[in-house]
Amino acid sequence: MDDWQTVIGIEIHAQVNSKSKLFSSSSTDFGSAPNTQVSLVDAAMPGMLPVINKFCIEQAIKSGLGLNAKINNKSIFDRKNYFYQDLPQGYQISQFKDPIVGEGSVEIEIEGITKTIGIERLHLEQDAGKSLHDQDPNLTFVDLNRSGIALMEIVSKPDMSSSDEAIAYVRKVRSILRYLDTCDGNMEQGSLRADVNVSVRKKGEELGTRCEIKNLNSFKHIGAAINFEVDRQIKIIERGEQVKQETRLYEVVSNKTRSMRSKEDAHDYRYFPDPDLLPLQLEQDWIEKIKKSLPELPDEKKLRFINFYKISGYDAEVLTSDRRISEFFEEVAKNRSSKLSVSWVASELFAVLNKLNLNIENSPVSSSQLGELIDEIENGTISNRAAKEVFEEMCNSEKSVKDIIDDKGLVQISDTSEIEIFINKVLEDNPENVEKYKNGKTKLLGFFIGEVMKATKGKANPGLLNQIVKKKLDN
Amino acid sequence: MLDNLTILEASKLIDEKKVSALEITNSYLKKIEDSKKLNCFITVSHDKAVHAAKETDNRVSKNNRIGPMDGIPLAYKDLFCTKDTLTTASSKILSNFIPTYESTVTNNCINKGAITLGKLNCDEFAMGSTNKTSFYGPVVNPWKSLDSDEELVPGGSSGGSAASVAADLCIASIGTDTGGSIRQPASFTGAVGLKPTYGRVSRWGTIAFASSLDQAGPISKTVEDAAILLQTISGHDNKDSTSSQKPNEHYFSNLNSSVKNLKIGIPKEYMSDDLPLEIQNYWNEGKKILSENGAEIIEISLPHTKTALPAYYIIAPAEASSNLSRYDGVKYGLRTNEKNLIKMYESTRSDGFGDEVKRRIMIGTYVLSSGYYDAYYLKAQKIRSLIKKDFDNVFKDVNAILTPATPNTAFAIDKEEKDPVKNYLNDIFTVPINLAGLPAISIPFGLDKKGLPVGMQLITNSFEEQLLLNIAKNIQDSINFKNEPKCWWK
Repeated sequence: MDDWQTVIGIEIHAQVNSKSKLFSSSSTDFGSAPNTQVSLVDAAMPGMLPVINKFCIEQAIKSGLGLNAKINNKSIFDRKNYFYQDLPQGYQISQFKDPIVGEGSVEIEIEGITKTIGIERLHLEQDAGKSLHDQDPNLTFVDLNRSGIALMEIVSKPDMSSSDEAIAYVRKVRSILRYLDTCDGNMEQGSLRADVNVSVRKKGEELGTRCEIKNLNSFKHIGAAINFEVDRQIKIIERGEQVKQETRLYEVVSNKTRSMRSKEDAHDYRYFPDPDLLPLQLEQDWIEKIKKSLPELPDEKKLRFINFYKISGYDAEVLTSDRRISEFFEEVAKNRSSKLSVSWVASELFAVLNKLNLNIENSPVSSSQLGELIDEIENGTISNRAAKEVFEEMCNSEKSVKDIIDDKGLVQISDTSEIEIFINKVLEDNPENVEKYKNGKTKLLGFFIGEVMKATKGKANPGLLNQIVKKKLDN
Repeated sequence: MLDNLTILEASKLIDEKKVSALEITNSYLKKIEDSKKLNCFITVSHDKAVHAAKETDNRVSKNNRIGPMDGIPLAYKDLFCTKDTLTTASSKILSNFIPTYESTVTNNCINKGAITLGKLNCDEFAMGSTNKTSFYGPVVNPWKSLDSDEELVPGGSSGGSAASVAADLCIASIGTDTGGSIRQPASFTGAVGLKPTYGRVSRWGTIAFASSLDQAGPISKTVEDAAILLQTISGHDNKDSTSSQKPNEHYFSNLNSSVKNLKIGIPKEYMSDDLPLEIQNYWNEGKKILSENGAEIIEISLPHTKTALPAYYIIAPAEASSNLSRYDGVKYGLRTNEKNLIKMYESTRSDGFGDEVKRRIMIGTYVLSSGYYDAYYLKAQKIRSLIKKDFDNVFKDVNAILTPATPNTAFAIDKEEKDPVKNYLNDIFTVPINLAGLPAISIPFGLDKKGLPVGMQLITNSFEEQLLLNIAKNIQDSINFKNEPKCWWK
């Protein structure tokens, strides 16, 4: 296996974050009743004409700039012709020879090693409607709500060589688009999906025949589909056969890819410039203005986090991969210990979010609440251990941090004399262990601290406790 | 009194309250009813027309008439979508299609108070120059040969629009012109037909044939009426991205017939021995008139003229093949029920489209196919830009160009033309203008020896419709042609 190389290129279809469609004013609301978000243009009624939505153009420019790509001052909309029931015009308006965005690149990081993945282009196109085959035993229904929604197709260069790189690449692009607010990146709803081109070759040989796996809508599927496909192709070649160029589908249940159509069955789309639309001319001033309005992007932010908060590259990566998370973190970390903030956001809060399957926007604990909690730790009111109990309660109730601490009586005991009373009691109750300790079994320190903690119900200030117990035993 | 009215005449009668809009409308509805032999109308909007006429009269009674179009009965080529009124493009595939919306062109007319008499027959999806490709049967030219009783074609594709004006079934009409579809039938029926600059008139709500060439325009009895109508239908439309931002002009009030010191070009490539002598003679007469009225006649060259027709018959079918994909039986129009999707497409489109439309869809599909695109479509686009350049060069030296509108006059409906390419030659003088996006007008000059109308074409540079109309008016006033064919059809 070792001398095999995998070559992967990816086309990402990202739905443009826009209230209205690419060429009509219909709404793009997800989950509306079928055929309620459809204009005459979306339904391709006779005589209807497309009119470009300037906001979608702006979103594409932003995305292009975010991908470090060249924005083309002139681009052309083409018609991609094919017949299907959910394609009302009989063609999709797309961009073929002259896309709005040209070459660019993104950086991915795998186990600390950075790799640059080239972007070939980004173009705008309309989405088709949706065919519903499960509403009737004999009929297919068509929902045109999606028809005409703006998509960005982002085509990478074949620069990836493993499923991990492929996933890292899609994650990175998704992260950038979400930073820019140009795509919500919601893969479950289909706002972002990937077509993956995979081929294998022996080291030093020419590129192998590629297969395209269509419509992957989760990172897990992207990884699994690539791994299966690589394996399949290597087995074919090792049997002395040839890989056929084809389009394949990934089936979740069997975790396999299967052939959808061969190269011979591929459509001839008869692309030609859409005569209903003039070439898209972009003023350089506008592009510059958009450039100036771009927010800080994940790579820059990560660097800043490492330098400013003095946190590890790994933590910075975790905290900046999503714009909302990074913003949440910065709200928490403002004027507070960055170490505590990282630990509470990236460990405690993430664990809760994962468990409840929520994203940061729906976090049960707000950034200011989490900040208050950290304040209580920092000023010594509660112990870290008590804080966890408070946090758990915060996730389930509306009560304030202070109220929870009071209600549960979790205020930390930081009064030396009070702690000493507990310690003395524990030492008196365990003379044998005290003896053992003094004879050199210093590991028993933990035992004494644990007993005191038990006695104080965890409220003893651990620093003080440690200090005093040691002092008493060592004397 | 109510026969052969122009817009100006009818407008005056309404203004002076000598006749009501309803009386005029009813007289036209009656004439339409009596003229079914001509097969001009696919749909007569009787109730709509009467209702609109009463509204005009109501405004007139309150001295609130909107303008010269208020109360004028018009009819529209059945390519314009009209709200709640059947709109077929003369095709079986849309034979049950009733739009929920009004095209910008018809809406502009309605907003100025014009009355919709109905929808006019044309070649199917505007593909043809005889009107014989209509699912609703051919339109018959009101004009007949002196020596024969044969029924003649009115030209096409706006055959119903031209014939209805010649037969006085409406005061004026609106057609569309993709390669000559207004000018050629206007020429065959003795009417004035104007194709505006591409982008002057919105295409929104007009059923598309070839989007980069299609343009709506008026067919009328006089140049004055053409000016009023152009003013009515023109203007920028946000809903059409190819619509020009240039402000609309007052073509009628600015109309003047002076041609003094204008330079008129005569393209040598349009001269041919095949051109019938009478058409040559009228062309010469045109030069003479303009020259006598103070213009200078200059021979010019448009070297790529010969390549226009082949380029046109690649570009137009290419666009059409894509534009007509939406007629698939899924959403509206005809659907032939079948067991699966592909079969449904096949039978719906086989049954719904006529031969000429199918032929052009096939040509268009072919020329856009991978492997042929460069040799056909791309080359045709290059030719198109050369043709445009030809005109750009010529308009550095001349103000307008005079040519015949057609290489022939009306011919018999029964004349079977087996070779479709011969039919395409009808468009030889008109097609280059669409490829270049220029405005042009066809104006009647007289009758040939068979007694059939001969039209000449004037061409100007983009957005110089005013100049075009001015020169046309000069010729019209010098000739005094009457578009009044002998009535045989009632």
